[in-house]
Amino acid sequence: MAQSGVHRLVTANRLRDGAPVYRADDGQWVTSIDAAALVPESEGDRLLEEAQSGPLPLPVVAPYLIEAVREEGKIEPVTLREQIRAAGPTI
Amino acid sequence: MYRYDDFDRRFIEERVEQYRDQVRRRLAGLLTEDEFKPLRLMNGLYLQLHAYMLRIAIPYGTLSSRQLRMLAHVARRYDRGFGHFTTRQNIQFHWIKLDETPDILADLASVEMHGIQTSGNSFRNTTTDPFAGAAADEIEDPRPFCELIRQWSTLHPEFSFLPRKFKIAVSGAPEDRAAVRVHDIGLYMRRDEAGEVGFEVMVGGGLGRTPILAETVSRFVPKRHILSYLEAILRIYNQYGRRDNLYKSRIKILVQSLGIERVRAEVEAEWAAMDRDQLTLSDEAIEAMARFFPPPDPNPAPADDEAFRHALANEPAFARWVEYNVAPHKVPGYAIVTVSLKEPGRTPGDITAEQMELVADLADQMGQGEIRVTHEQNLVLPQIRRVDLVTLWRTLVAAGLGTGNVGLASSIISCPGMDYCSLATARSIPVAQRLSLALAPREREIGDFKIKISGCINACGHHHVGHIGLLGLDKNGEEAYQITIGGSADENAALGAIVGPSVKSEEVVRAVDTLVDVYLGLRAEGETFPDTYRRVGMKPFKEALYAPH
Repeated sequence: MAQSGVHRLVTANRLRDGAPVYRADDGQWVTSIDAAALVPESEGDRLLEEAQSGPLPLPVVAPYLIEAVREEGKIEPVTLREQIRAAGPTI
Repeated sequence: MYRYDDFDRRFIEERVEQYRDQVRRRLAGLLTEDEFKPLRLMNGLYLQLHAYMLRIAIPYGTLSSRQLRMLAHVARRYDRGFGHFTTRQNIQFHWIKLDETPDILADLASVEMHGIQTSGNSFRNTTTDPFAGAAADEIEDPRPFCELIRQWSTLHPEFSFLPRKFKIAVSGAPEDRAAVRVHDIGLYMRRDEAGEVGFEVMVGGGLGRTPILAETVSRFVPKRHILSYLEAILRIYNQYGRRDNLYKSRIKILVQSLGIERVRAEVEAEWAAMDRDQLTLSDEAIEAMARFFPPPDPNPAPADDEAFRHALANEPAFARWVEYNVAPHKVPGYAIVTVSLKEPGRTPGDITAEQMELVADLADQMGQGEIRVTHEQNLVLPQIRRVDLVTLWRTLVAAGLGTGNVGLASSIISCPGMDYCSLATARSIPVAQRLSLALAPREREIGDFKIKISGCINACGHHHVGHIGLLGLDKNGEEAYQITIGGSADENAALGAIVGPSVKSEEVVRAVDTLVDVYLGLRAEGETFPDTYRRVGMKPFKEALYAPH
C-alpha cells in the first residue's frame, strides 16, 4: 500500500536480550524495522493497545509508538534516537 | 586489597541465586517488568537502546589482576569483546542478554565482584584517588576508609529508602584526583594541629541538572569518628531530603535550601545525641582494615638504567609518555603509570578483552598485581619499578595502549551518549573522537587541558567541571552542544559557565578550536585554561566563538 507522510509504528526491546524489535502486521515481533506495521497516526493507539494486550506474557518490554516514514520501500524513524536504535551505534 | 570473608562470600552467592530465580520468573511471565525492574537494577542491570547494560562495581577503583581477567572473560563470553570504564570507577558492558546475567553474576562472584548498588537510590561506589597507596603526596592511603565506608553503607537498613542516590568520594592527598567536591559527601584527609589524621567533611556537591560544589560541614573529624559522622549526615538527609520531587531530591538541594550553617547545626546535634560507640572505629579495627592494603615495598629501587636513559634520549614517544603518563611514587625508584584508554579517535574508556588481559599480565609481571580505574576513564598500574618502564611501554604500545596524553586535550572524558544510553539527548562518543583527532597535533602546546562531554543533563561525563565542557542537547530534533568553560574538578574545583547559545554538532570542533586559540593568545606564563578564564573573564571567549565566520 502506498504511504506518504509521517506514520506510526510500535517498537519495544526484546525481553530475552534487550534487542530493539518492531511489531509486524501479523502480530509478531521482528528485528527488521522494514517489516514493521506502519499505520496512520489515527490508528497508532489501536496498534499499541494490541501490542500491549498480548498474547501474554509479552516477549518484549514496554512497547511504545514512534514516528516513521516509508521512503523507497524502507522505513526510517523520524528521530535520531530511533534511527540509532534501528541501525545500531554510529561509532 | 580487601578480601571477602565467609559472610561476604555467602551473601554474594545467595544474592546470585535469588537473582537467578527472579530472572527465571521474569522470563516465564511470572513477574511483570514493573515488578522485575527494581530487582534487576539492584544488581546493576539496565535496559538501554540496543540491549541490557550491566554495570559492575569496582570498589574505589581497585582491581586485582584476577578480577580484570574475569572482566575480560565477561567481555568475550557474554558481550562483544569490550567493556567501558565509567566516571564512577566502575565498568559497564553494553551488549548483555538477560538470560545470561545470572551466569555472569556467578562468574563475577567467584572473584568477589558484583553489580549491587550500581543503580537506584542507594549508596553508589565510593570513589577515591586512583594513585592511593602509592602517591608521593598523600597523607595516608584512603582505601581502608573507603572499604569501611563501603561496608557501613552497603545495605544499611536505616538508609534503604533514601530520597535519591548517594555518592561519596575520598582523597588522601592534597592534590584532588577524585573530583571530591562534586560528590554528595566529599572527604579530604587532613592533619590537625596536633598531627592527628582525620577528614575535612564536605557535603552537598553534585553535577546533573543542578551543579553545585560541596561545602565544608566540618573542618576536621578524627578518623575514629568518620562513620558516625557520616551516619549523622545521612540521618539529616533521610529526614529532610525531598521525596516529592525527583529534581530536588539530592542532598545538594537540601544543603542549598537549609543553608550550610543550619545543616552543620543539625548534623552536629544529631552526632552529639546519637549512640556513637557502635560506629567508633578502634585503632585495632582501622589497623585490621589497613592490613588489606599493605604499603608498597619500602626499599628504594634504581631511579633508572641504561635502557631507560637511552629510550628517554632517543625515542620521543617514550619521553612523551614518561612526561604525561608517569607520576611520582612515594618510594624512590618506583612510578605510578597511567594506561591511557584515550588514543585519539577511539571511544574514551573502552577496552577490549585482549587489552584487559594484557594489563592484568603486566600488573602481575611488573606491578604487584594491582590495577586501578580512574574517574577519567583510564587504568593505572600503581607499583611499577622505573627500570621496567621501557619494557612496559613497548608492550603497551604494541597493544594500542601506549598513548602519552594523560591530562592533555585528547584525553577526553565522555559518557556513552545516545549511541547506547536511553537517557541521552545527543551523542557524545563521535564528538569526543572528532575532537581528540583535531586537537592531538597541538595538544602539547596547549598543555594541561580537560574536555568533558555529557550526552544529557544527567552529566555522567562531568561536563560542568571540564576546562571546556560540552552538553549534548536535542534542539528541535537536531543535536546541539551547549559549551561551558572554566570548570575544574581538582582541589581548585569550579563549575564552568555557559558561553552562549549551543552550537550544532558539525560546528563543535571549530568552536573548541576557537576557544583554544583565544586561550593560547591570552594565557600568561604557567596559566592553565581555568586560570586564564578567571583572569580575563568570559568576554574574549564569547566574542571569538560567536564572531561571524
